Amino acid sequence: MASTSDNGFRTRLGRVRGLGSAKSGGAHWLAYRMVAVLLVPLTVWFLISIVRLAKAEHADAIAWVHQPVNAVLLLITLIATFHHAAAGMREVYEDYIHGKLARLIAIGLTNGAAILLAAASVFAVLKIAFGA
Amino acid sequence: MSETSVAKKARPLSPHLQVYRLPLPAVSSITHRFTGIALTVGTLVLTWWLVAAASGPDDFDTAQHVLGSPIGLLCLLGWTWAFGYHLLKGIQHLIWDTGTGITNASAQRSSALVFGGSFVLTAIVWIAAFAL
Repeated sequence: MASTSDNGFRTRLGRVRGLGSAKSGGAHWLAYRMVAVLLVPLTVWFLISIVRLAKAEHADAIAWVHQPVNAVLLLITLIATFHHAAAGMREVYEDYIHGKLARLIAIGLTNGAAILLAAASVFAVLKIAFGA
Repeated sequence: MSETSVAKKARPLSPHLQVYRLPLPAVSSITHRFTGIALTVGTLVLTWWLVAAASGPDDFDTAQHVLGSPIGLLCLLGWTWAFGYHLLKGIQHLIWDTGTGITNASAQRSSALVFGGSFVLTAIVWIAAFAL
Protein backbone atom coordinates (compact mmCIF):
# COMPACT_ATOMS: atom_id res chain seq x y z
CA MET A 1 0.00 0.00 0.00
CA ALA A 2 2.64 2.47 1.03
CA SER A 3 4.53 1.98 -2.19
CA THR A 4 1.75 3.51 -4.29
CA SER A 5 2.53 6.97 -2.96
CA ASP A 6 6.11 6.89 -4.19
CA ASN A 7 5.84 4.71 -7.28
CA GLY A 8 8.31 5.45 -10.00
CA PHE A 9 5.76 5.92 -12.78
CA ARG A 10 4.80 9.41 -11.77
CA THR A 11 6.80 12.27 -13.21
CA ARG A 12 8.59 14.70 -10.93
CA LEU A 13 6.07 17.39 -11.86
CA GLY A 14 3.17 15.05 -11.17
CA ARG A 15 4.49 14.31 -7.72
CA VAL A 16 4.68 17.94 -6.59
CA ARG A 17 1.58 19.25 -8.39
CA GLY A 18 -1.16 20.27 -6.00
CA LEU A 19 1.15 20.44 -2.99
CA GLY A 20 1.20 24.23 -3.06
CA SER A 21 3.35 26.65 -4.99
CA ALA A 22 6.79 27.83 -3.97
CA LYS A 23 5.66 31.40 -4.62
CA SER A 24 8.64 33.68 -4.05
CA GLY A 25 10.61 31.19 -1.96
CA GLY A 26 13.30 30.89 -4.63
CA ALA A 27 13.81 34.63 -4.87
CA HIS A 28 13.95 34.93 -1.08
CA TRP A 29 16.54 32.14 -0.86
CA LEU A 30 18.66 33.65 -3.63
CA ALA A 31 18.52 37.18 -2.17
CA TYR A 32 19.62 35.80 1.22
CA ARG A 33 22.61 34.09 -0.44
CA MET A 34 23.58 37.04 -2.64
CA VAL A 35 23.51 39.46 0.28
CA ALA A 36 25.56 36.96 2.31
CA VAL A 37 28.22 36.86 -0.43
CA LEU A 38 28.23 40.67 -0.50
CA LEU A 39 28.64 40.80 3.28
CA VAL A 40 31.86 38.75 3.25
CA PRO A 41 34.10 41.54 1.87
CA LEU A 42 31.99 44.35 3.36
CA THR A 43 32.07 43.12 6.94
CA VAL A 44 35.79 42.35 6.73
CA TRP A 45 36.35 45.93 5.55
CA PHE A 46 34.10 47.21 8.33
CA LEU A 47 35.89 45.20 11.00
CA ILE A 48 39.32 46.45 9.88
CA SER A 49 37.97 50.03 9.91
CA ILE A 50 36.44 49.63 13.36
CA VAL A 51 39.67 48.20 14.77
CA ARG A 52 41.49 51.28 13.51
CA LEU A 53 38.83 53.46 15.19
CA ALA A 54 39.02 51.55 18.49
CA LYS A 55 40.52 54.44 20.42
CA ALA A 56 39.03 57.14 18.22
CA GLU A 57 37.98 60.53 19.45
CA HIS A 58 34.72 61.90 18.07
CA ALA A 59 36.56 63.97 15.46
CA ASP A 60 38.40 60.89 14.14
CA ALA A 61 35.19 58.88 13.76
CA ILE A 62 33.44 61.82 12.06
CA ALA A 63 36.38 62.30 9.70
CA TRP A 64 36.27 58.62 8.77
CA VAL A 65 32.53 58.64 7.95
CA HIS A 66 33.03 61.95 6.10
CA GLN A 67 35.13 60.18 3.45
CA PRO A 68 32.68 59.48 0.56
CA VAL A 69 34.08 55.96 -0.03
CA ASN A 70 33.62 55.05 3.63
CA ALA A 71 30.13 56.56 3.79
CA VAL A 72 28.95 54.68 0.69
CA LEU A 73 30.46 51.36 1.79
CA LEU A 74 29.02 51.88 5.27
CA LEU A 75 25.52 52.48 3.85
CA ILE A 76 25.68 49.31 1.76
CA THR A 77 27.06 47.34 4.73
CA LEU A 78 24.24 48.55 6.99
CA ILE A 79 21.42 47.79 4.56
CA ALA A 80 22.88 44.38 3.70
CA THR A 81 23.42 43.59 7.40
CA PHE A 82 19.83 44.36 8.38
CA HIS A 83 18.47 42.44 5.40
CA HIS A 84 20.64 39.45 6.34
CA ALA A 85 19.74 39.66 10.06
CA ALA A 86 16.00 39.79 9.32
CA ALA A 87 16.25 36.89 6.84
CA GLY A 88 18.29 34.84 9.30
CA MET A 89 15.97 35.48 12.25
CA ARG A 90 13.03 34.55 10.03
CA GLU A 91 14.62 31.15 9.36
CA VAL A 92 15.05 30.61 13.10
CA TYR A 93 11.39 31.48 13.74
CA GLU A 94 10.22 29.24 10.90
CA ASP A 95 12.13 26.33 12.42
CA TYR A 96 11.22 26.78 16.08
CA ILE A 97 7.94 28.70 16.37
CA HIS A 98 5.16 26.30 15.47
CA GLY A 99 2.09 28.50 16.07
CA LYS A 100 1.19 30.23 12.81
CA LEU A 101 0.13 33.52 14.39
CA ALA A 102 3.07 33.65 16.83
CA ARG A 103 5.46 33.01 13.95
CA LEU A 104 3.85 35.73 11.86
CA ILE A 105 4.07 38.21 14.73
CA ALA A 106 7.73 37.36 15.39
CA ILE A 107 8.65 37.78 11.72
CA GLY A 108 6.66 41.01 11.47
CA LEU A 109 8.18 42.55 14.60
CA THR A 110 11.70 41.57 13.52
CA ASN A 111 11.22 43.03 10.05
CA GLY A 112 9.82 46.20 11.58
CA ALA A 113 12.75 46.48 13.98
CA ALA A 114 15.21 45.84 11.15
CA ILE A 115 13.66 48.60 9.03
CA LEU A 116 13.68 51.02 11.99
CA LEU A 117 17.32 50.29 12.89
CA ALA A 118 18.40 50.40 9.25
CA ALA A 119 16.72 53.79 8.79
CA ALA A 120 18.21 55.18 12.03
CA SER A 121 21.74 54.02 11.22
CA VAL A 122 21.55 55.14 7.58
CA PHE A 123 20.25 58.53 8.72
CA ALA A 124 23.13 58.81 11.21
CA VAL A 125 25.70 58.06 8.49
CA LEU A 126 24.11 60.54 6.06
CA LYS A 127 23.96 63.23 8.75
CA ILE A 128 27.69 62.85 9.39
CA ALA A 129 28.54 62.50 5.69
CA PHE A 130 26.69 65.70 4.80
CA GLY A 131 28.42 67.43 7.68
CA ALA A 132 25.66 68.42 10.07
CA MET B 1 -3.57 -0.59 10.28
CA SER B 2 -1.63 2.57 9.75
CA GLU B 3 0.06 1.92 13.10
CA THR B 4 1.38 -1.47 12.06
CA SER B 5 2.68 -0.16 8.76
CA VAL B 6 4.51 2.62 10.61
CA ALA B 7 5.98 0.09 13.06
CA LYS B 8 7.01 -2.25 10.22
CA LYS B 9 8.88 0.52 8.48
CA ALA B 10 11.04 1.07 11.58
CA ARG B 11 11.89 4.59 10.57
CA PRO B 12 15.08 6.04 12.03
CA LEU B 13 14.34 8.19 15.08
CA SER B 14 15.70 11.61 15.80
CA PRO B 15 18.59 11.50 18.25
CA HIS B 16 17.53 12.23 21.83
CA LEU B 17 19.34 15.51 22.36
CA GLN B 18 20.01 15.02 26.09
CA VAL B 19 21.93 11.77 25.68
CA TYR B 20 23.17 12.01 22.11
CA ARG B 21 26.70 13.31 21.66
CA LEU B 22 26.33 15.74 18.77
CA PRO B 23 28.91 15.32 16.01
CA LEU B 24 31.15 18.32 15.39
CA PRO B 25 29.29 19.53 12.26
CA ALA B 26 26.03 19.51 14.29
CA VAL B 27 27.59 21.55 17.12
CA SER B 28 29.06 23.80 14.47
CA SER B 29 25.65 24.23 12.84
CA ILE B 30 23.79 25.24 15.99
CA THR B 31 26.67 27.57 16.91
CA HIS B 32 26.13 29.30 13.57
CA ARG B 33 22.56 30.01 14.63
CA PHE B 34 23.52 31.23 18.10
CA THR B 35 26.23 33.54 16.73
CA GLY B 36 23.75 34.86 14.16
CA ILE B 37 21.23 35.69 16.87
CA ALA B 38 23.96 37.30 19.01
CA LEU B 39 25.12 39.40 16.06
CA THR B 40 21.53 40.47 15.37
CA VAL B 41 21.37 41.76 18.95
CA GLY B 42 24.72 43.45 18.27
CA THR B 43 23.18 45.52 15.47
CA LEU B 44 21.36 47.42 18.24
CA VAL B 45 24.72 48.50 19.66
CA LEU B 46 26.07 49.31 16.19
CA THR B 47 23.07 51.56 15.50
CA TRP B 48 23.41 53.20 18.90
CA TRP B 49 27.12 53.87 18.26
CA LEU B 50 26.43 55.46 14.85
CA VAL B 51 23.54 57.56 16.16
CA ALA B 52 25.75 58.71 19.06
CA ALA B 53 28.49 59.67 16.60
CA ALA B 54 25.97 61.66 14.55
CA SER B 55 24.48 63.44 17.55
CA GLY B 56 27.75 64.92 18.81
CA PRO B 57 30.95 64.56 20.85
CA ASP B 58 29.21 64.18 24.23
CA ASP B 59 26.99 61.28 23.19
CA PHE B 60 29.85 59.68 21.28
CA ASP B 61 32.13 59.88 24.34
CA THR B 62 29.40 58.23 26.41
CA ALA B 63 29.13 55.42 23.85
CA GLN B 64 32.92 54.97 23.69
CA HIS B 65 33.07 55.00 27.49
CA VAL B 66 30.38 52.30 27.84
CA LEU B 67 31.96 50.15 25.12
CA GLY B 68 35.39 50.63 26.72
CA SER B 69 34.20 49.51 30.18
CA PRO B 70 35.03 45.95 31.30
CA ILE B 71 31.51 44.71 30.48
CA GLY B 72 31.55 46.61 27.19
CA LEU B 73 34.89 45.08 26.22
CA LEU B 74 33.67 41.62 27.20
CA CYS B 75 30.62 42.06 24.96
CA LEU B 76 32.80 43.32 22.11
CA LEU B 77 35.13 40.34 22.56
CA GLY B 78 32.14 38.01 22.37
CA TRP B 79 30.77 39.78 19.31
CA THR B 80 34.19 39.66 17.63
CA TRP B 81 34.31 35.89 18.08
CA ALA B 82 30.65 35.54 17.02
CA PHE B 83 31.40 37.61 13.93
CA GLY B 84 34.53 35.61 13.04
CA TYR B 85 32.68 32.36 13.56
CA HIS B 86 29.58 33.42 11.61
CA LEU B 87 31.75 34.72 8.76
CA LEU B 88 33.73 31.48 8.42
CA LYS B 89 30.69 29.25 8.90
CA GLY B 90 28.81 31.37 6.37
CA ILE B 91 31.59 30.88 3.83
CA GLN B 92 31.41 27.13 4.51
CA HIS B 93 27.65 27.21 3.85
CA LEU B 94 28.13 29.18 0.63
CA ILE B 95 30.65 26.56 -0.51
CA TRP B 96 28.18 23.81 0.47
CA ASP B 97 25.50 25.58 -1.59
CA THR B 98 27.62 24.87 -4.68
CA GLY B 99 27.55 21.15 -3.81
CA THR B 100 31.21 21.04 -2.78
CA GLY B 101 32.54 19.39 0.37
CA ILE B 102 29.37 17.61 1.47
CA THR B 103 30.86 14.38 2.81
CA ASN B 104 31.19 13.33 6.44
CA ALA B 105 34.97 13.56 6.36
CA SER B 106 35.02 16.92 4.62
CA ALA B 107 32.33 18.42 6.87
CA GLN B 108 34.26 17.21 9.92
CA ARG B 109 37.45 18.86 8.68
CA SER B 110 35.89 22.14 7.57
CA SER B 111 33.85 22.44 10.78
CA ALA B 112 37.03 22.05 12.83
CA LEU B 113 38.61 24.69 10.60
CA VAL B 114 35.70 27.06 11.25
CA PHE B 115 36.07 26.68 15.03
CA GLY B 116 39.86 27.05 14.94
CA GLY B 117 39.73 29.94 12.49
CA SER B 118 37.20 31.85 14.59
CA PHE B 119 39.60 31.92 17.55
CA VAL B 120 42.53 32.90 15.35
CA LEU B 121 40.50 35.74 13.82
CA THR B 122 39.41 36.97 17.25
CA ALA B 123 43.02 36.96 18.46
CA ILE B 124 44.23 38.85 15.38
CA VAL B 125 41.52 41.51 15.71
CA TRP B 126 42.16 42.14 19.40
CA ILE B 127 45.93 42.16 19.13
CA ALA B 128 45.59 44.62 16.24
CA ALA B 129 43.09 46.78 18.16
CA PHE B 130 45.43 47.14 21.12
CA ALA B 131 48.64 47.44 19.11
CA LEU B 132 47.42 50.13 16.72
